[in-house]
Amino acid sequence: MAIQTLTRNIFDVKDLNLWYGDHHALKGVYFPIQKKEVTAMIGPSGCGKSTFLKTLNLMNKMIPNVKITGEVNFAGQNILHSKTDLVELRKHVGMVFQKGNPFPQSIYDNVAYGPRIHGIKKKKHLDELVIKALMDVALWNEVKDRLNAPALGLSGGQQQRLCIARALATKPDVLLMDEPTSALDPISTLKIEELIFELKEKYTIVIVTHNMQQAARVSDRTAFFLMGELIEFAETSKIFSTPKDSRTEDYITGRFG
Amino acid sequence: MNSKTADRLATGVFITIAIMITAILAGLFFYIFVNGFKYISFDFLTTPSSNVRAGGGIRDQLFNSFYILLITMLITVPIGVGGGIYMAEYAKPGKITDLIRTCIEVLSSLPSIVIGMFGLLVFVNTTGWGYTILGGALALTVFNLPTMVRTTEDAIRAVPQDLKEASLALGITHWHTIKTVILPTAFPAILTGAILAAGRVFGEAAALLFTAGLSTPRLDYTNWNPFSEQSPLNIFRPAETLAVHIWSVNTQGLIPDVEAVSSGSAAVLVISVLIFNLAARWIGRIIHKRITATK
Repeated sequence: MAIQTLTRNIFDVKDLNLWYGDHHALKGVYFPIQKKEVTAMIGPSGCGKSTFLKTLNLMNKMIPNVKITGEVNFAGQNILHSKTDLVELRKHVGMVFQKGNPFPQSIYDNVAYGPRIHGIKKKKHLDELVIKALMDVALWNEVKDRLNAPALGLSGGQQQRLCIARALATKPDVLLMDEPTSALDPISTLKIEELIFELKEKYTIVIVTHNMQQAARVSDRTAFFLMGELIEFAETSKIFSTPKDSRTEDYITGRFG
Repeated sequence: MNSKTADRLATGVFITIAIMITAILAGLFFYIFVNGFKYISFDFLTTPSSNVRAGGGIRDQLFNSFYILLITMLITVPIGVGGGIYMAEYAKPGKITDLIRTCIEVLSSLPSIVIGMFGLLVFVNTTGWGYTILGGALALTVFNLPTMVRTTEDAIRAVPQDLKEASLALGITHWHTIKTVILPTAFPAILTGAILAAGRVFGEAAALLFTAGLSTPRLDYTNWNPFSEQSPLNIFRPAETLAVHIWSVNTQGLIPDVEAVSSGSAAVLVISVLIFNLAARWIGRIIHKRITATK
């Protein structure tokens, strides 16, 4: 799955429909995602933004009775095709979850987990990867003296940054973030936001957030979802200053949601 | 009655129940130790038993108990853990899975004497082995498998879903996720299940009466060839375990010191179970610590 450089769109989603049993959770979504940008998705609970995010690395496939139609093109290939290699796809499309979920292992082993299983065995090479990933998330200085300590002993914010490092260690092209700061205190949140800002130099980031200020602060483009439909998708500055759709305006001004 | 009084009353009731349970357990231990401890000696543990004369020991029975335990666990744990992984991770919810679960539950509620009869039919007569250690171990496997499958399944289901998702999202295959994240996390609970199963093996008499038999051939402990008839390691020889020995000397013993032998054996059995339990937990803690880096 070589990444093509011809187009700026790393993901190109066309007419995506998704059902959980009888529930029509995504309705005809068209969604291009540009390389090395931060794309934010906002909307009230149950609007389909998380569902959309989890379609990009096909985590949805774990749920029984799920049906997906349309096209999700990643690097020029429709990943909804039944032959898609999930392992390969998820190496390229990493994910960070709502709550930090480090494995009950040491800090080092958490970060080395992905690369190790993907075949990197040499200690020196692993060490480099782990150090780099921890530096990328600005956690290195805090943990360098206790890499063999249990990851669960870290604070909530540190755990979440460790999880980002763990996702980065497999060298993905895209990083999906599902409300990565909703369980964190304001200072930790700020750190993660600064991190997102730095990471977009190298990665394409797609972030789901409940917090509209966060979307305004970190993203280049913002999408507004409502009841499974993509209502509006534009540059973040436009969405927050001059939304075209009245429903978007109602939501961002806090009239509902 | 106001809620404060009710609360105090409830606390009192639960404390009483806890004290009762502890007291029964302590009383039992005390009784067994007081009666049996005085008969335990180096000689008692290292001489073979006698059918007619006084002064027989329990050397072979003690060895047999541990050996049957080992063989049983070697069969039970891999199959049981495998079954548990299947039930928790691979079985799709539906009629077939429900049927499998019902079968497992029925199997676990079968009386052990019935399993002994089943073992006599299959592992002793059909195979033509006669009374053997392997037959006993297989009967005990039938008896323990449901518990092992059930505890493994429960232990795996108790592993937080987000750990599994985190691993899958890193592009790790299902099997690797089970091997490197789920099983290590579920290990302590699986170990507890295995220890409980082992405890049942130690104490089981009924299922072994017709499968491993009531006798032990003359053993030569210097003979380590597992195919030799005199070797203690031979799995195709009859073997009377401690629990069976206690039962048999009490019901059909001709020796004059029945009281001493059975009390001593009971104390040794209880002490063995205790030591085994503590050792298994201690080793389990070390392994868990090593694989998960937790304290």
